[in-house]
Amino acid sequence: MTEIHRSIDVVLVGFGWTGAILAHELTAEGLQVLALERGGWRDTPTDFPTTHAPDELRYYWRHEMFQETAQETQTFRNRRGQTALPIRRWGSYLPGVGVGGAGVHWNGQTFRFLPSDFLARSHNQERYGALPDDMTVQDYPVTYDELEPHFDRFEKLCGICGQAGNLQGDLRPGGNPFEGWRSNEYPNPPMEMTFSQDRFKASARDMGLNPFPAPSANMSRAYTNPLGVRMAPCTYCGFCEKFGCGNYSKASPQTTILPVVMQQSNFRLRTHCDVLHVNKDRDNTRATGVTYIDAHGQLHEQPAQIVILCGYQLSNTRLMMLSGIGEIYDPATGQGQLGRNYTYQVMSGVDVFFDDAFTNEYIGAGALGMVVDDYNGDNFDHSGLGFIGGAYIACWTTHARPIESQPVPEGTPEWGSEWKRALQQNFLRHTSLSVHGASMAHRENYLDLDPTYKDRYGRPLMRMTYDFTANDRRLSEHITPVAAQIARGMGGREIKVNALDAHYDIWPYQTTHNTGGTIMGETPADSVVNRYLQSWELHNLFVMGAGVFPQNAGYNPTATVAALAYWSAHAIRTQYLRAPGPLVQV
Amino acid sequence: MLQRRIGKRVFLRGCLLGATALVMPSVLGAREYGGTNMPWAAGVANLPHDAMHAARFFTPEEYEMADAITARLIPDDDTGPGAQAAGVVDFIDRQLAGFYGRGQRWYMQGPFPEPLETQGYQAPYPPAGLWRAGLAALDQHCHQAHGQGFAALDGPTQDDVLKGMEKGEVDLNTTDAASFFDFIREMTIEGFFCDPVHGGNRDMVGWHLIGFPGARYDYRDFLHHNGAAIDMPPVSLMGRPAWNAQQGQRGTGNRKGAR
Amino acid sequence: MIARVAMGAVVLAAMVQTAGAQDLSWSEVERGRYLAIAANCVSCHTDLDHGGTPWAGGREMETPFGVIITPNITFDAETGIGNWTRDDFWRALHEGRRRDGAHMYPAFPYTHFTRMPREDVDAIYAYLRTIPPVESHHVPEEDLPLPLRVRTAIAAWNALHFDQGVFQPDPERSEQWNRGAYLVKGPGHCGACHTDRNLLGGEREDEFLRGGVLENWHAPNIRGGAHGGIAHWSRHDIVAYLGTGRNEHTAAMTRMGEVVQYSTQHLTDGDLNAIATYLKSLDDTPRDASERPSDAVMQAGEAIYFDNCAACHHADGSGEPDMFARLDGSNKVLSDDATTVIRIILEGAQAVPTDAHPGPLAMPAFDWKLNDDQIADLVSYMRNAWGNTAPAVSPSDVADLRDALAE
Repeated sequence: MTEIHRSIDVVLVGFGWTGAILAHELTAEGLQVLALERGGWRDTPTDFPTTHAPDELRYYWRHEMFQETAQETQTFRNRRGQTALPIRRWGSYLPGVGVGGAGVHWNGQTFRFLPSDFLARSHNQERYGALPDDMTVQDYPVTYDELEPHFDRFEKLCGICGQAGNLQGDLRPGGNPFEGWRSNEYPNPPMEMTFSQDRFKASARDMGLNPFPAPSANMSRAYTNPLGVRMAPCTYCGFCEKFGCGNYSKASPQTTILPVVMQQSNFRLRTHCDVLHVNKDRDNTRATGVTYIDAHGQLHEQPAQIVILCGYQLSNTRLMMLSGIGEIYDPATGQGQLGRNYTYQVMSGVDVFFDDAFTNEYIGAGALGMVVDDYNGDNFDHSGLGFIGGAYIACWTTHARPIESQPVPEGTPEWGSEWKRALQQNFLRHTSLSVHGASMAHRENYLDLDPTYKDRYGRPLMRMTYDFTANDRRLSEHITPVAAQIARGMGGREIKVNALDAHYDIWPYQTTHNTGGTIMGETPADSVVNRYLQSWELHNLFVMGAGVFPQNAGYNPTATVAALAYWSAHAIRTQYLRAPGPLVQV
Repeated sequence: MLQRRIGKRVFLRGCLLGATALVMPSVLGAREYGGTNMPWAAGVANLPHDAMHAARFFTPEEYEMADAITARLIPDDDTGPGAQAAGVVDFIDRQLAGFYGRGQRWYMQGPFPEPLETQGYQAPYPPAGLWRAGLAALDQHCHQAHGQGFAALDGPTQDDVLKGMEKGEVDLNTTDAASFFDFIREMTIEGFFCDPVHGGNRDMVGWHLIGFPGARYDYRDFLHHNGAAIDMPPVSLMGRPAWNAQQGQRGTGNRKGAR
Repeated sequence: MIARVAMGAVVLAAMVQTAGAQDLSWSEVERGRYLAIAANCVSCHTDLDHGGTPWAGGREMETPFGVIITPNITFDAETGIGNWTRDDFWRALHEGRRRDGAHMYPAFPYTHFTRMPREDVDAIYAYLRTIPPVESHHVPEEDLPLPLRVRTAIAAWNALHFDQGVFQPDPERSEQWNRGAYLVKGPGHCGACHTDRNLLGGEREDEFLRGGVLENWHAPNIRGGAHGGIAHWSRHDIVAYLGTGRNEHTAAMTRMGEVVQYSTQHLTDGDLNAIATYLKSLDDTPRDASERPSDAVMQAGEAIYFDNCAACHHADGSGEPDMFARLDGSNKVLSDDATTVIRIILEGAQAVPTDAHPGPLAMPAFDWKLNDDQIADLVSYMRNAWGNTAPAVSPSDVADLRDALAE
């Protein structure tokens, strides 16, 4: 028997960053808001306090913070014609679960996308001519200028630490000269840099590049955000990404927004509730609510006036597919939008080994880094290069957790005394540069439903068909050598280049920046949601997250995801509630 | 006004065993929150409980083989103690006996066709099953090829066998030798470098080897090291010898309360 | 928080719901509402631990003599104080007598409320009458230890410990000082926790605000003059603490957190400044020099402190303003009775969210991680590190508290 609940104004499916932002915005509007989270409650003092947070095995390797593949996973293959197999243990990416979502265990690297990133097709075509046919890149239906106030809001919410490079059009020394204009300086100064960043900065400057301190959600000093919630200074403990912060110094929903949202009398959160289906009316114009299952196996129906998908990109896309909202993309015909333009991130790197200097990389923080953006986006001339987009090159000192990090020089065996000696010599004398590249959409990279593998409720898993493209390889081949050159200038004994030179492999960890699948666009013929993240099909269904990116930029996605959530919330507050219906007419 | 000797509040506190109680999310079931402060209760935390309960999986023969293998991967040599001193095999044993060994959190539904190299773990069994099948096949291989079990072989022969596995040249029946080797190596590294609370990295020998200071939470005073070495003893979640000065002084320490 | 939201609703109700209260002036109700906040009536007369209805009682209060369940003080005729007259109410607060004339147990702080003048008590009465009556039964249990089972015995107790009479201003002092003294001694009843009690549970006059023990907590010395527990706090620090729950030195937690949450954060800045002025006028005697713990204890304690505590409280014990308590100079760390510090280490503590600081910071529990020896060494170190000096604590102190909390 399905338990049917009293109707509510808004139901949020998933309660991470976007869920928390929407909950705050819409309760402020006086709406009754209910969040459904498939994971459990968690908070600093109980779930990741300093007393037991720095436990590499438990949190990273045993996935304490992450979704279990037993609950939801994907099948994967590199290309059509191959048989996709289920991801049984996470590797390449790590979807979060539980209250706060991935916002609890992110690094805190908080970039705004470049203005030209939002114009990936028109800008590049104008400058370089037509794009290849199989590159399904398209413009965002929203501009940087429109999102700027929302970026600003998120930065203030989190107390992002950084140095402006472009303050209202004025270029500022020490900041990123390529960034979009900012209405305000960062709320906090940059983090303190350490040895590796100093060397990186000097080498990059020698090459005529423009290094700047990475924008960080790890606090460079104590900070009280506009909601009155206070965060502590970062202690550089090196347990950020894949871990919760034990001392309130990394911005997360818990440390910025939940203390206020949880106190609202018109807000409710139900944990361990896994939404199975978005329900719709007979006319296929409105969502009527959601069906979910609780930890006891009980089915529930929750009617709602507005349904907002706030889960991870992969979960949102699959939930749309399983709910029959929109047509699933077919690369053979090019028909269908749902699952189209799945993109990722194009990563490579360079290790640097020192002889006489200690990098002591265990002294680090998730967003402690120096960055150069000279080869990101369209900050350089791509004429004749055969690719569009770019990558930032950064020297991050995020950690030296020894199960994850065993830096040894080229040619060292992988075990035995020789390996052990090499590790002993290099563990504290090593740093690395990362090349964090854009991922341009391709007609053969997509998501759909798997024909074979089912979840525990008998519903198909989502199938991922993905490999690196020619654009990705050329991008990486062009920019990785720049990183190698910076690395050589850092004064080490030797370097090791980790190039992108194979097929995409689902096992080694790369990054949890999966994007696309529920993309935003100008018309129902090119997208799943409109510029306000509103479903073209069901006007009271909104979809948050990086699934709406038509393609991925060189940067980490969180700030853009959050800015889009604020942008959408603003449209709901100021337009949709007054006149519920499609916000964009076509 | 009325008085009772034991209030309900006091009684409830007693149910928590007087020590920080486990939060077990799977048992909590669906819960509703809202309109209140961030939930919190004295002495309640999601402790590293899985780490604190030892259990065994290996048979004595399997244990001996696993111990011998891990000892070759991280040998005891002039750089310091290796996997055996670190208790790596005990760590692996405990892990395989627990949720990890059972593959409890993994999607383990079939079918299990021949995978591509890019498709990750596709063994038809969870880690415990992989080890059991793999060790049995390895034992068989060693008896056939060398006339005795792996643990009885001399070091160089053991290394040759392991190199053969690593390259996928050793036939381990249904087990993919290279995948099994990768998995052994992965768990050996885990056991050598994990927090000692999990049963490996005994006396923090792994951390001593490489200079990792362990489960620390504040390096602000050392941030501007400018390339200099930092002398900081490692600490595990359950402490380090310097925490226990009184026990030497008094003979026996009062261990009450700490698990 | 439920209670706080409900309180807001009650205030609104006071504006619009006048049935049975037609004779009440708005200004008197408003005055009463404010005084009820200053006296923090709602915190005790609400079953906070079980989400009870505000003012309807049912909270179990641990007292030196056992647990007392607070009564319903809404104007429900059967189960509340609906049949009480103004005179009845005055007698309760001023004399500590029930409507039938029997003595009340001194867990009800009439020994403080007696300082309130009639007009203040009447105003509270007027305010309480605007609260919607709630029927709320509490099952009586005749389980009182002698001699308090016999209410007449309280007469004898009163003779020893009850100095009846309204507050008399000191003409030598400023109006602000007198206002502060009145709030502290009268409605605020600060001494109920912060003054040590004798064996019979009476507050010791000579120990006024020098710290007291109750419910396995030690409420610290809050005298703000020379040598007092908060001598190092400025007036501004006191106002910030009471008004926002945070200041340069510490954050309000547990029982005091409740006081800040339900009472002091709602007081006017003028009254908070008056309280600060008064507390800053209370000098104390210099602390006795104490013996420094052994080097072994200090070294172990320092190692434990650095590895476990420094990330928040800093290696030099300086803490983080408005977040993590400063331990150097802390009245909790340095108090003769180290119960509170040990307890917070054992089971953690959550800072209360206030209007000014909605973020509820919490310290994690260490009971599973540190044994009695280690906690004793840690506390002894903290009491003698930096500029601190106070007697060492022993592992048995920790063990006893661990046992008491487990009961």
